[in-house]
Formats: sequence, structure tokens, C-alpha cells
Amino acid sequence: MSRQPFTPDQYHELVSKLTPSSRMLRGYWRAFWVGGLICAVGQALTLWADTLHLGEVTSPMFTTSVLVFFGTTLTGLGVYDRIGQYAGAGSAIPVTGFANSVAAPAIEFQREGAIMGVGARLFTLAGPVLAYGIASSVLVGVAYWLIRGWVM
Amino acid sequence: MSRAGQQTFLYDRPPAVLAHTSVAGPKEGDGPLSEWFDTVLEDDLLSQKSWELAEMEMVRRCVLDALNRAQLPSDAVQAMLGGDLNNQIIASSFAARTLGMPFIGLYGACSTFVQALVIGAALISGGYLENAVCTASSHFCTAERQFRFPLELGTQRPPQASRTATACGCALLAAQGDAPLRVTAGTVGRIIDLNITDANHMGAAMAPAVFDCLSAHLSDTGRTAEDFDLIATGDLGWIGRDLLLELCAAAGVAMPPDKLIDCGASLFYQEQDTHAGGSGCGCVASVSCGWLMKRLERGELNRVLIVGSGAMFSPTSSQQAQSVPGIAYAACVERKD
Repeated sequence: MSRQPFTPDQYHELVSKLTPSSRMLRGYWRAFWVGGLICAVGQALTLWADTLHLGEVTSPMFTTSVLVFFGTTLTGLGVYDRIGQYAGAGSAIPVTGFANSVAAPAIEFQREGAIMGVGARLFTLAGPVLAYGIASSVLVGVAYWLIRGWVM
Repeated sequence: MSRAGQQTFLYDRPPAVLAHTSVAGPKEGDGPLSEWFDTVLEDDLLSQKSWELAEMEMVRRCVLDALNRAQLPSDAVQAMLGGDLNNQIIASSFAARTLGMPFIGLYGACSTFVQALVIGAALISGGYLENAVCTASSHFCTAERQFRFPLELGTQRPPQASRTATACGCALLAAQGDAPLRVTAGTVGRIIDLNITDANHMGAAMAPAVFDCLSAHLSDTGRTAEDFDLIATGDLGWIGRDLLLELCAAAGVAMPPDKLIDCGASLFYQEQDTHAGGSGCGCVASVSCGWLMKRLERGELNRVLIVGSGAMFSPTSSQQAQSVPGIAYAACVERKD
């Protein structure tokens, strides 16, 4: 015996009518300026690395390392989650967000110990990014190897 | 007459509420109900080593506070009925370990407190128990790691998401006693699933279950919303409450909006950025034991129907793209002059 006045489809329609949507324009703006700021800091670091004559290979690594350091430190200080709440993808997409996604479970699961806590859970969020990032780079590498005769 | 209709218990010997206590976390203590809670925590870790132990300690303190108020030693308690949101309800069972009471562990997600009231009152009314502690708790930090993400992860929540309350409520029921409050009826709800797959949108997933349980209670007892001073749902949140009003209107169940409050929507100010409102077992438990029962005692209210609702999903069912089934239990609490 069903008392429900609506079919699931009718109910879904009602739910989407009554659920406020995320404020997209505000979200875009916040993501734009925070993400842009992080990238500007990255660019400044790269320019600084150039003046130190670190070389083409080391300069980008220097930039990435410093950004990861900042992302991790701000996570440890309990600031990065607030930035993330404000900026969304603006702070999740840059490499500082990647650092946050590794540092956050490291802090969260330390109570479960070094092996099954931190060790096993460290990459719960970053794992998919690593797995598919590495897998797609291998695929692109193989494709490049196959067609390089035509391209070159 | 100990039964009405398909789903409702009418308690022959309505148990008295000897004591009721509530504990709320720091953020909940900044909300509109702050002064109604017996304890507002300053430190949500309660000087413990982990969030889980903190939640256990919160339950223990809440139960002991209720026993103190009723001047009942813990070895005189015949049963503790309770649950929480942790895997294998460890906060409640670990608290029961310390308290040493016969323990009935329950799980009804956010509806657990009302589930405990309905079952506890039935066992007392039936003569199987002289008294029972009914409790439920939730902790923001244990629920986040259980159901969502690590605390320090920078994510955004959608507007329909709710915030798990750090809170606990405890009601001590007894067959004897001249306390003014009685639990007079209880309804066991059915699992209702209208195929909502967004686990963030618990209000939408649970509103049809609340509607089902509420209309079952009304038709089983022959009452209408007018017979109650307040109908308190927990925890549909602001959006879920609107959905419930729409469901009632479409089904022709009279529901004056000023009679219907939601514990999750009452726990926080909108400015506290909790999106759809509060949720978690502790929300309806603390709001019932803190706010509603105190108002009943003061005579501001005479009869309240508390309808607890739960979203019965797990991270596994969610990841396997299953929809979110809802459940609800209703308990009628009355003031007896």
C-alpha cells in the first residue's frame, strides 16, 4: 500500500524545483581569482628560478616543490580547507590542491597508525589522479612512438 | 488497546520521561537553541585521543547526567537503547561498555533516537522493563571521515548538503514516576525509496519516508495535525521540510506550516553556512531532549509528535550508485497534568 502522492519522476521534478542551485557566477569568479593567484605565484617562482640559473629541467621542479610545500603547510595549519570551501576548483585544480588531497588524509588517518592509517590511506583521494594520470601518459607515449615516423 | 492500525503502538502504560539531557558541540552551541542544551562543549575532542572516543565520552556524559537528575544509580538501569552513525555503532556500544548497562544497539541513521523511544517505551509498557535509557549521538568529525572526506580537504558542499551535528540526547524512561512527560504512542515506519541517488540530498531522500510514517500515525490514531501543538521532524533540513509540505498538500493531508518544525532546520542559523541544516542522530536527539521536552515541561506545549528520519545508505551503496532509502519513526510525547 503506497501513500505517496507522486511517482518517482514527479517527485524528482519537485525536488529539482525546490532545491536551490549553486551560485555558478559567484563560483566561477572565486575559482578564477584564487586559481589565477596561485598560478601567478607559480609563474613568479619560475621567473625567480630563472634568475637563479637553475636550468630548464630544475626550474619547473623548483616551482612545483615550493607550491606543494605551501599547499601542505596550509593544510596542516587548517587553512586550506577554508580556501577550498571558498574557491572550489580554483584551489583544487592547481598542484597545491593535489598536495592538500595527500596531506588531508595523512592528518586524518594518523590515529589508525603509520601502516594501515597514513600509509594505506595517503593516496585515497590522489590515487585516482595518479593512476589515470600515469596510465594516460603511457598511452600517449605509445601513440607518439607509433606515429612519430609520420610526424617527424 | 495496545495497537492501532497497521504500524502504531498505543502504550497501555505510557512510560514517564524521568529525565532528559542534551549535549551539543561548539558550533551547535552558537546556534539558535544554545540556551536550551544542558551542556555545550567547548572542546569537541573532549580531551580524548580520537574523534570516536570523543563521541563515546559525549554519550557517557549525557547518560550519566540524566541518571544524576533522576537520582538513579547506573546499575538500576535495566536497558540502554541507542545508536550512532559510526561503523558498528561503536560510540554507543563503547559508552555502554563503560556504563555497564544491558545494551540494545540500534541503527536507524538519523532517526535512531526516535527508534529508541518507540522500542524502549514498548518494552516498558509491555512490562519487560521497569526503565530504559534511550540515547543517540553523532559527531561531525566521525561522520565526515565515515561518509565523506578527511576534515582538512578543501572541498565545496552543494546547497542541499547538511552538516552532521556534534550532539547527543538522552531520555530516561520509566514505568513508575510522577514526571510530567509521557510517551503515549509510537509508529514504526517503512523504508521508502523514491530513487534519489544524490547522497548529499538527504532531505529529499527522507521526506517521502517521513510523509509515509506521519500519515500512518495520523490515520492509525485517527488524529490530525490540529491535535498536536507541534510536529517535529528530524532531520529533513530546510529543503526537506518544504518537500514534506508539498507531499502533504498533494496527498490532502492537512499540515499547517506553523505546526511543522524540523530539528535540523532549527539547530543552526542560516548564516552559519551549514547549507540545508543539521543532520545526524544527535540532532533530533539533542533538539528533542533539550528544546522540545523542556518546552513541554514548562507547559508551552502539551502534545508533540517527534518524527525522526534516517537515510539508510552507506558509502558502499553510494559508490555502487544505489539510491538512498529513507526510514522514519514517530513518537508522541505528551504532558500529563
